[in-house]
Amino acid sequence: MAVSSTRGSHIPGTMTTASYLVTGALVLGVLVSLIVAAKAVDTPMAIHAWLFAFALTFGALAIGHRHFDALETFKKTGETKLGYNDNVVKAGVIATIFWGLAGFLVGCYIAFQLAFPWLNLDLPFTTFGRLRPLHTSAVIFAFGGNALIATSFYAVQRTCRTRLAGDIAPWFVFWGYNLFIVVAATGYLMGVTQSKEYAEPEWYADIWLTIVWVVYLLVFLATLARRKEPHIYVANWFYLAFIVTIAMLHIVNNLAIPESFFGSKSYSLFSGVQDALIQWWYGHNAVGFFLTAGFLGMMYYFIPKRAGRPVYSYRLSIIHFWSLIFLYIWAGPHHLHFTALPDWAQTLGMTFSIMLWMPSWGGMINGLMTLSGAWDKLRTDPVIRMLVVSVAFYGMSTFEGPVMSVKAVNSLSHYTDWTIGHVHSGALGWVGFVSFGAIYCLVPWLWKRERLYSMALVSWHFWIASIGIVLYITSMWVSGILQGLMWRAYDASGFLEYSFVETVAAMHPFYIIRGLGGVLFLIGALIMTYNCWMTIKGRIRKNEPVLAGQSDLPVGAAALPAE
Amino acid sequence: MARKFSHDVIEKNSILLLVLTLIVVAIGGLVEITPTFLIKTTIEDVKGVRPYSPLELEGRNVYIREGCYLCHSQMIRSLRAEVERYGHYSLAAESKYDHPFQWGSKRTGPDLARIGGKYSDEWHTLHMQNPRNVVPESIMPGYPFLATTALDYKHIENDLRALVDAGVPYSEEDIANAKADIEAQATPDADTDGLMARYPKAVARDFDGNPAKITELDALIAYLQMLGTLVDFNDQEKADFTQ
Repeated sequence: MAVSSTRGSHIPGTMTTASYLVTGALVLGVLVSLIVAAKAVDTPMAIHAWLFAFALTFGALAIGHRHFDALETFKKTGETKLGYNDNVVKAGVIATIFWGLAGFLVGCYIAFQLAFPWLNLDLPFTTFGRLRPLHTSAVIFAFGGNALIATSFYAVQRTCRTRLAGDIAPWFVFWGYNLFIVVAATGYLMGVTQSKEYAEPEWYADIWLTIVWVVYLLVFLATLARRKEPHIYVANWFYLAFIVTIAMLHIVNNLAIPESFFGSKSYSLFSGVQDALIQWWYGHNAVGFFLTAGFLGMMYYFIPKRAGRPVYSYRLSIIHFWSLIFLYIWAGPHHLHFTALPDWAQTLGMTFSIMLWMPSWGGMINGLMTLSGAWDKLRTDPVIRMLVVSVAFYGMSTFEGPVMSVKAVNSLSHYTDWTIGHVHSGALGWVGFVSFGAIYCLVPWLWKRERLYSMALVSWHFWIASIGIVLYITSMWVSGILQGLMWRAYDASGFLEYSFVETVAAMHPFYIIRGLGGVLFLIGALIMTYNCWMTIKGRIRKNEPVLAGQSDLPVGAAALPAE
Repeated sequence: MARKFSHDVIEKNSILLLVLTLIVVAIGGLVEITPTFLIKTTIEDVKGVRPYSPLELEGRNVYIREGCYLCHSQMIRSLRAEVERYGHYSLAAESKYDHPFQWGSKRTGPDLARIGGKYSDEWHTLHMQNPRNVVPESIMPGYPFLATTALDYKHIENDLRALVDAGVPYSEEDIANAKADIEAQATPDADTDGLMARYPKAVARDFDGNPAKITELDALIAYLQMLGTLVDFNDQEKADFTQ
């Protein structure tokens, strides 16, 4: 495990030229924030400028504090060698769990708002319109993003057999990213939004995220560059594609003209049809690269590791990697069927969406078949069960997606809850479960515990959350298809049969079932939180003693990935 | 014979992997997006579409701020049942000054692309106060605070200037008169000649039933009441709409 530091005799954690420069940049950032705070033209901008000022001040102070801490540690231990940088991964795991709970909770609340509108409370901050972006951003970017950053930082070190590049940089990525989340979330509550779905944060938050993301890319690349393995492991291809493509999408889709340097409001550089196309080019590839490529990276590390088996097919991973990233980008226009987008673009989007089915299933097959020779673990290891079911959900939603992208199907499904159900089979089933599986692996590994506090609780989490997902997606299938059919139903005399509000009223029971499904999923996550908490405290559940051969440490067999 | 290509080369070089990935993911977007800026027929050549009046723009910003687009689309698809329910299918030209677009992706509530003129101002006022006042089965949130919040239009010139930078043809005169235009459009019996010349078909009146104050509700209703009303579909040749 010991990985030597490249810094030689330098005392790790103490000030270097780089850390002085970073501190300088932070201080400069504080000054800019204070100027903006003083001259802000609207309240949200003033609040956010103060938030930035405080956060950056704390950042600068933390760097100084770290220096003296490191000196003290050095006095005690005299150690200048560094192992893997796991502290930042630990922080990422905790943030993932925290934001997951927050995101699921808000999701449950807004689900019930649709069944019981009085829950909107008629206050500006609590209406569905402001809470919905809070929910989507909390689960996609806060929960998913932290999971991706944490697991990528963990996996890249192990598969390259080297310490994470940078001293302060990985911490900057972690805290900077979470500052972005807080700015975005508080902004939504105050009505600060660009109204571009999954890209709602305003221009200043976007610029901040760009800075953080470039540092993330540099940390990742620099770690790859100093690897001690000749090959870059397949998980890292996916993580790298995720990081670089999200950068491209984020920058283009968020091009906007601010109303003022001191105001929160901006206007998209693009308008109408082009804006719609660029938004869904972004939106669909937020799914394709954030929620798919990134999490495939996670799958390619944790499934082989946990199963103790090598990846099923090396050749398949090459083919499905390149075809997946090539085809995904084209699929955006399927969000705009029968709209004012030119027909040729719609058809292209549909065609590529259907082709996308193949590389998606390539990934699924590669993930599932990795269990060849270890299928018995499905019965004995609930963590493997969670990981494998996540891949099964991935396969299911990447089949449903191409079906829904066919124009004839889309004419029915678009604008309805079917889309919401589809997204959640991917988000709860695939993204949720693969992240939970990774967390269950990481917590004992990172905190050096023999095993999780309780494997029985993992089973409980698995089954409760699975039932929740089934309730969620089946209720949305029914409500979506029902509403789509009601919108287009004609009576005997050739008039539309239902008024719009009749179709709304028909949704009520399904909205309640969906909400209950969400609550079950949230309960599962609470069980996981308790289990991880107890594990970190070093406890083992009394009536589940660690048996020989059941320990999580030492990890893995002689299979890929390395370490 | 030359040595056969091996994926090893890419796997052993992180920068090559990065560059190839970037090239591969750039192609689709370039091929699909670039032509929509270059092909003129992407946006139909129709009469009537104009930039939003300052009051309508402020109303639109309230619409965006409250996340209305999350439940209401503004895009009538070219399907029979939709055209019969909502009116003529939406044209690309109708949203050409929309920075950002508001086509939406979900209809928890009905499409609003042609909501303008379908209901009275009084209906909208009651509806925003509490949607169940007028539609008992509605699940929409109430927005009672809009009627009591004064519209903040101190910096409206900045908004218009930002839009000019993004390509909306507001003139210097439009910008200079922006504040006056808001007041003229939201006040009963104001002098609206200039406003009408700058923004044809603009509707000027007190929208929210409270002539003493220009509120966010005034702006929002002014916006809703003009949606889909600019293009006169009886006055256009069919051929105009081909893309």
